[in-house]
Amino acid sequence: MAREMLLSRQGWADTLIELGEKDPRIVVLDADLAKSTLTCQFKDKFPKRFFDMGIAEQNMVNVAGGLSLTGLIPFVTTYGVFVSGRAWEQIRTSICYGNLNVKFGGAHGGISVGPDGATHQALEEITIMRVLPGMTVIVPADFYETKKAVRAAVEINGPVYIRFGREKTPVVTTSETPFVVGKAITMKEGKDVSIIACGPMVAEALDAAEELDKKGISAEVVNLHTIKPIDKEALVATAKKTGCVVTAEEHQLAGGMGSAVAEVLAQNFPVPMEMVGINDTFGESGQPRELMEKYGITSKQIFEKALKVIERKK
Amino acid sequence: MKYPIKITPKERLLKAIRMRRDIVEMTAAAGSGHPGGSLSAVEILVTLFNEFLVIDTDKPDWEGRDRMIFCKCHITPAIYSILARVGYFDPTKLMTFRKLGSELQGHPYRFYPKGIEMSGGSLGQNISITTGMALGLKTQGKPNRVYGLSSEGDLQEGQSWEAIMSAAHYKLDNLILFVDYNKLQIDGNVEDVMGVHPLDEKFKSFNWHVIEVKNGHDFDEIHNAIAKALTNKGRPTVIICDTVKGKGISFMENQVGWHGRAPNKDELAIATKELDEQEAKVNSMK
Repeated sequence: MAREMLLSRQGWADTLIELGEKDPRIVVLDADLAKSTLTCQFKDKFPKRFFDMGIAEQNMVNVAGGLSLTGLIPFVTTYGVFVSGRAWEQIRTSICYGNLNVKFGGAHGGISVGPDGATHQALEEITIMRVLPGMTVIVPADFYETKKAVRAAVEINGPVYIRFGREKTPVVTTSETPFVVGKAITMKEGKDVSIIACGPMVAEALDAAEELDKKGISAEVVNLHTIKPIDKEALVATAKKTGCVVTAEEHQLAGGMGSAVAEVLAQNFPVPMEMVGINDTFGESGQPRELMEKYGITSKQIFEKALKVIERKK
Repeated sequence: MKYPIKITPKERLLKAIRMRRDIVEMTAAAGSGHPGGSLSAVEILVTLFNEFLVIDTDKPDWEGRDRMIFCKCHITPAIYSILARVGYFDPTKLMTFRKLGSELQGHPYRFYPKGIEMSGGSLGQNISITTGMALGLKTQGKPNRVYGLSSEGDLQEGQSWEAIMSAAHYKLDNLILFVDYNKLQIDGNVEDVMGVHPLDEKFKSFNWHVIEVKNGHDFDEIHNAIAKALTNKGRPTVIICDTVKGKGISFMENQVGWHGRAPNKDELAIATKELDEQEAKVNSMK
């Protein structure tokens, strides 16, 4: 299905400016990637509230922590692999343990980063961020949902990690679609299989559901934009309704969104489950779509896993 | 109680002895903890908390306060002692140190006891926190100062030099960082484990205002260094204090082994006797 294509990182940057206009406490930090993460637009508008910290992510995270201790609301932005990985212990011990009011924008999440290759393709952030007590983890589906996630992050007193990709991604929500942190969105009702997805994989899930429809299979599509705190109620409800689940994420399978869903269902309402994601490997250079296909994270794999998981119900 | 206050040379000495008693008693009671680096920081803390920090211990969250960030956070015996002794909390609580349910965690937790501004324990992180707080206050046009107490162990962490670079870049002249330079760490002499010498040259090359305190146990020298730092404009200040690890307890002085071990009953008795003698001597002063 043809959909409008927009940059989620533009949603991030636009909303920082929107919030910055209303709230003088909003400050933005970047690590020499402001032109890529688009926080340079905030810098142009509010030069005194933008801090380029150079290529030094560990310091950037804790300086943001210090800024928050003086009443400011810092938004730390750089590539996801650097902020979540290189500064993980800073996020753990200073930010999460102290419940400091710092927001993280993990840009360039996923294999669709493309030609920059494996070093820059963040595939682990959901796992290593959701393990931290007190952290909220959001993977918005598109441009509009990224905007809503940023607005919602300001309302939370504590750390929030928002993951978004590099490329333009299909728009699957509107500016009016309700968004509540921790509340999954049913994008399409169905009765035979539940497809639970986050980020750009929501669009892939909707495409898969359309193909399944053609085969007379009714798929429910759930947009699990908040990985933590996870919406147990919605997950159990959809599992009860359809009796089987496929998860889809542009992320490592180990510990990711699918794992989080499995933790909930295994303990509350076990049903057959299949997972689409990166299977314990690093990426490589290539065009975004080529990589998604090569590494098996498109609507095609979701479709196949749906057929398989429905078989397992029998 | 509001600080700073004026104290006499004799009071300074007595306060330092009081802290040293707390340090050995707390670690002995806990059966663990870090006396060596606590003892080396005593004179710095007594001077700073009594004579310079603008705080009100009855209003720990008062907006107008100076901020004190501990970067070498394993020295909780010294940290909790000074906070209790200036009046943030009841000193009887000190004996709960490191016990289950106590507010006095092995390494400090941001939310308690009163007087603690930030958690800490992972070296290097809090020089960045100190930098961020100084940047935040300066950005908001607030006059408060931010003090940090670090160690050469902190300065082995690469992150610290990121912080030091950024504090100079943003010209944070509201930031004063102490280095309790006691030259010993867990595995041995700092210069054998991973040398940091020359610290003064390193800070100078990072565009910091550098003040050296030749004797980090001399109250007047520490006092004069802080007074000088307060007049500095345009860049952050580091006060490098040459100290003795384990200072004040004869058998702990300059001994690596006392970095992270508690005195037993007999050792506590010897330490207490030494402190009694020191106190008697001070009391005989005019």
